[in-house]
Amino acid sequence: MHLYNLTLQRATGIQHAIHGNFSGTKQQEIVISRGKIIEILRHDPNTGKVYTLLTEEVFAIIRCLLPVRLTGGTKDYIIVGSDSGRVVILEYNPQKNILEKIHQETMGKTGCRRIVPGQYLATDPKGRAFMIGAVEKQKLVFILNRDTQARLTISSPLEAHKSNTVCFSIVGVDVGFENPMFACLEVDYEESDQDHTGKAYSETKQSLTFYELDLGLNHVVRKFSEPLEQFANMLIAVPGGSEGPSGVLVCCENNIIYKNFGDQMDIKCPIPKRRNDLDNVNRGMIFVSSATHKTKTMFFFLVQSEQGDIFKITLKTDDGFVTEVRIKYFDTVPVASSLCVLKTGFLFVASEFGNHYLYQIAHLGDDDEEPEFSSAMPLEEDETFFFEARPLKNLVLVDELDSLSPIISCQIADLANEDTPQLHVACGRGPRSTLRVLRHGLEVSEMAVSELPGNPNAVWTVKKKFDDEFDSYIIVSFLNATLVLSIGETVEEVTDSGFLGTMPTISCSQLGENALIQVYLEGIRHIRADKRVNEWKAPAKKQIVQCAINQRQVVIALTGGELVYFEMDVTGQLNEYTERKDMGADVICMALASVPTGELRTRFLAVGLNDDTVRIISLDPKDCLTPLASQGLPSPAESLCIVEMKGLDYENYASMSLEQQQSTLFLNIGLQNGALLRTVLDPTTGDLLDTRTRYLGSRPVKLFKISIQGAEAVLALSSRSWLSYMYQGRFHLTPLSYEMLEYASGFASEQCPEGIVAISSNTLRILALEKLGAVFNQEIKQLKYTPRKFAIYHENGMIYSIETDHLSYTDQTRQEKKEQMAQQMIQDADSDEKRLAIEMANAFIQTKLPETTFGAPKAAPGMWASAIRINDAINKELKGIIELEQNEAAFSIALVKFSSRPANHTYLLIGVAKDLKLNPRSCTCGYIYTYLLSDNGERLEFIHKTQTEDVPGAICGFQGRVLIGVGRFLRIYEIGKSKLLRKCETKQLSNFVCQIQTLGPRIFVCDSQESCFFMRHKHDENQLIIFADDIIPRFVTAMALLDYSTVAIGDKFGSIVIIRLPPGTTDEVMVDPTGDKGLWDRGLLNGASQKAETLCSFYLGETITSLQKTSLIPGGSDALVYTTLSGSIGMLVPFSSNEDRDFFQHLEMHMRTECTTLCGRDHTSFRSFYYPVKSIIDGDLCEKFTSLDMNKQKTIAEELDRTPNEVSKRLEDIRTRFAF
Amino acid sequence: MGERYNIHSQLEHLQSKYMGTGHSDTTKWEWLTNQHRDTMASFIGHYDLLNYLAVVENESKARLKFNYLKRMVQPCGPPPFKEDE
Repeated sequence: MHLYNLTLQRATGIQHAIHGNFSGTKQQEIVISRGKIIEILRHDPNTGKVYTLLTEEVFAIIRCLLPVRLTGGTKDYIIVGSDSGRVVILEYNPQKNILEKIHQETMGKTGCRRIVPGQYLATDPKGRAFMIGAVEKQKLVFILNRDTQARLTISSPLEAHKSNTVCFSIVGVDVGFENPMFACLEVDYEESDQDHTGKAYSETKQSLTFYELDLGLNHVVRKFSEPLEQFANMLIAVPGGSEGPSGVLVCCENNIIYKNFGDQMDIKCPIPKRRNDLDNVNRGMIFVSSATHKTKTMFFFLVQSEQGDIFKITLKTDDGFVTEVRIKYFDTVPVASSLCVLKTGFLFVASEFGNHYLYQIAHLGDDDEEPEFSSAMPLEEDETFFFEARPLKNLVLVDELDSLSPIISCQIADLANEDTPQLHVACGRGPRSTLRVLRHGLEVSEMAVSELPGNPNAVWTVKKKFDDEFDSYIIVSFLNATLVLSIGETVEEVTDSGFLGTMPTISCSQLGENALIQVYLEGIRHIRADKRVNEWKAPAKKQIVQCAINQRQVVIALTGGELVYFEMDVTGQLNEYTERKDMGADVICMALASVPTGELRTRFLAVGLNDDTVRIISLDPKDCLTPLASQGLPSPAESLCIVEMKGLDYENYASMSLEQQQSTLFLNIGLQNGALLRTVLDPTTGDLLDTRTRYLGSRPVKLFKISIQGAEAVLALSSRSWLSYMYQGRFHLTPLSYEMLEYASGFASEQCPEGIVAISSNTLRILALEKLGAVFNQEIKQLKYTPRKFAIYHENGMIYSIETDHLSYTDQTRQEKKEQMAQQMIQDADSDEKRLAIEMANAFIQTKLPETTFGAPKAAPGMWASAIRINDAINKELKGIIELEQNEAAFSIALVKFSSRPANHTYLLIGVAKDLKLNPRSCTCGYIYTYLLSDNGERLEFIHKTQTEDVPGAICGFQGRVLIGVGRFLRIYEIGKSKLLRKCETKQLSNFVCQIQTLGPRIFVCDSQESCFFMRHKHDENQLIIFADDIIPRFVTAMALLDYSTVAIGDKFGSIVIIRLPPGTTDEVMVDPTGDKGLWDRGLLNGASQKAETLCSFYLGETITSLQKTSLIPGGSDALVYTTLSGSIGMLVPFSSNEDRDFFQHLEMHMRTECTTLCGRDHTSFRSFYYPVKSIIDGDLCEKFTSLDMNKQKTIAEELDRTPNEVSKRLEDIRTRFAF
Repeated sequence: MGERYNIHSQLEHLQSKYMGTGHSDTTKWEWLTNQHRDTMASFIGHYDLLNYLAVVENESKARLKFNYLKRMVQPCGPPPFKEDE
């Protein structure tokens, strides 16, 4: 079996974010790492939106990311540490929109190892050196410099190793232009490793160590090391030189300390805590992320605590010494993995889970009433300051980037009866959890909907002048009239436009510099700027049936198939060409390309005839109206559209100038049978090449040219609306998630610069597309706790989900806790303050901060909160929530039918652990709650609760009974009157049953650490026996059955494998109670005697959370769809033929050699991280073919005996055959 | 030349270069401590493993990193008492 891996949606979580002037201009960009993807974002200060400039998969695990700028430079470079054992320096090239690798230094072995540098990165603020460190022992310093051409150079590494030392954090200290200095948080464990009494360990201290790079001696010295009182987790560099006092802020648990070498005293300030917080009292508080903002005159730090509270820290200095650390509560945002403060006054928050945000910093929090805390304020030991958490005051939310990360569970089903299945995804953590329904398509925002006095046929927008930025009129054509609306503050009818209102219109447009044109049945109306009207009347007994217009040319078709051609001369006069052309068949549709800049006309006219052909006709004065090319069609054309798109022509690439290289003419043909053909129109001969077909819907396809991001795009309307456009160098054909439209046109106004005006029955709609490039459109429902699993009841479209959170209070406990605290407040108060205290206590009970930003209070370890939720997926409403008791944690769910109960009774079984402790796993007991579905599944009727001795981790119906994994035991239960009755048990699994599936008599069970077991239940002996197992231990997180003997497994470490039982495997294995069976019959090491074979193996790099074999598009074949924790969605698809497989195998081979990965990780070795890659071809790598430079594309294509066009067509084909 | 291919010197070189390279006297505790330290480093290095653990434990990723780094100092308790020393 060979499979092809394709990503449908790239990971959405952000691991690191940095900002800088990467393109070398004044504008700042944000570079983010999404694990194995590096992405450049830019913030548009006008719209406030963040948009992506470039996304690049690096086929390595990015572990650290930092900008560096050489002294006196204006451009930032990106340093990337990864699992490749190498450090690379990247430069962003804004002209070509690519990242270029300018240096790559090898440091050690590949992999995320303990002593191979790549985990920590720190740069000298002046850009003279950087340090890259490992978790333990190794640290290397590289010196950066310039060569004579002002290019960045890098030195050989200088070692600053110290063995037996764990490193917590590294930062480059700002020392101005003195020798570069790096500060590290280190712990030396050498002594504690020798001391068996444990005394040395209890006395182990973390130390703050400064490493100095002596630029004169070219060598690194350990300059100074000082033990810290407490363990710290993060260092923040303080601006130095002329800008500040230099030194570092050491972020310890509960405290932040300013330190510097020399005579500087340590300044310690406690981290303020929320007043009346419900958190477990024993919890400390640490800072998780920070951002520094620096101008010429001042600097401050924004640091975020674990609860999401951002504090602003400022330092007060006296004569170069810091005397005070001031800390002030700023605002609360979701907990971030990185914060970036942009020069324009925006704060980018890359959330560790869930959506990412961009805020505008409206105030700096300087001049309000809120208290500012200071290290100079006297405090008792272990006391701290308190502040009042409150909604945003200094920040204003500007933009939000959707993120699915973490995807906990996903099921694909068509619950809404839409033909196309939806992805039901449970994602998020804690109070920011959501249940999202994903549909392939672009999200459409409706700007306006207005009713019209009838059902219009068509709509256009026209400008008044060619160089106008916005449209002036909307023209709506009805059966017997035309309505002209002017666009301004409001849209209203006008009569002085010059357009004829008493006739239906065939087409209208802006023409030349400042004229307008209207084509109607009997003629053409040319409206000049001074409102003079020139009319051209159709010959008697003939009517105009079709027309095509661009800025300078007009072609009309008369009944009978006669073409009349007009061209505009220098005076702005429309002149008819001397000849007319008889096409010999009725013209159904026509299209003209836009006039290329600097030319007078386009040379091509496309005409669709009712003899099932499309003809290309020349408009060149030399051979005007002579046919150039023709293409037969499977069904008559309905509509044509010629657009110019960038960067897809391969054939004539070498012979073209730079300008031409970037654009290609495409003829789009919408057919009456609902298909869309896209062909390349040869710019010299007019030949039609490289046709690609997509089926769009059941209705004839109408095409409209609109503008997307300043480039031409095609809107195709059938029973669904589609948009065909180029986005980031890749061609997209995406459906719009919107109702059916009948006619449309581009629309530009001040409020909506790139919109669409469309008609649908008797309404006129103005629509905007904002999330270009997004694959899925999301419908979001908020959840309360982290979702774990859900079950779908297909008959009624109900979704039952379980949500469980560790360190959490249930609503009831929280309320009790609050009341207790309120009581305490009243008790503590003096008698004369009693009234005030009561008021305060009441106010405290009343206040409810939204947990989505402020987080839920963290309870003690071992406290759990859990809920069962009933969702109606069809009517999109919540039908009920059942909250479980405090410390009950639901982990498994299944819908089961029992043969001993009526066939229409469906039971919902939920496995719950009581008082679960995570590590090592223990619990007081487990329960299985049994509910009966009633009221069409809208209500759950509690039947009984069965106690188990361990966590019920997996449930699955089996032959009218139910299989339940209880800890490491697998059992069969039968339903009884007051509880479930245990019928059969096996103790053969060793750790924890995490997945159960059945097919016929076979049972497929996964152990959480030992991969899959194939089992069978023997009726006569009432025994569960393992008849086959896997040869490799795998930490299974997801499983899917592909057929009776094939299983796909996804594991925690990010590998996907497919295992299959070899032919001839027998299910009828005898158990051997006497133990006298031959040695050769027993499996090795107590394993089963029969073993599954590994068919395919592939490393994704991200924990796989769900696997499902399903079809994603109507009529598409089955694909194996996976989701990962980081939010990526992908699929593995089979090849249709051996020839296909051969082709892609060779393409992948060539791509591996030709396409250099950005982090210096070898593609094959990355995909073989844990197990050697086997029989899975990486489509993500193959698809990079289209972004290679043309010469490389040509060489590869020649090796494959094909043209680059054919290669990219096959890449597109295999994608569209299964998905989108 | 002969010295270079001496198996002992080679081993010693490996042991000094790569932490945790075993030798004939590696004790169970040493081996286990090394395993645990490697595991922690891997948890920190692989972003999705850290995500996984952060979801399970419902803690922030920075907190987990901090915990694991602290645990790396002595993941398996103090070393056993050695009689001959």
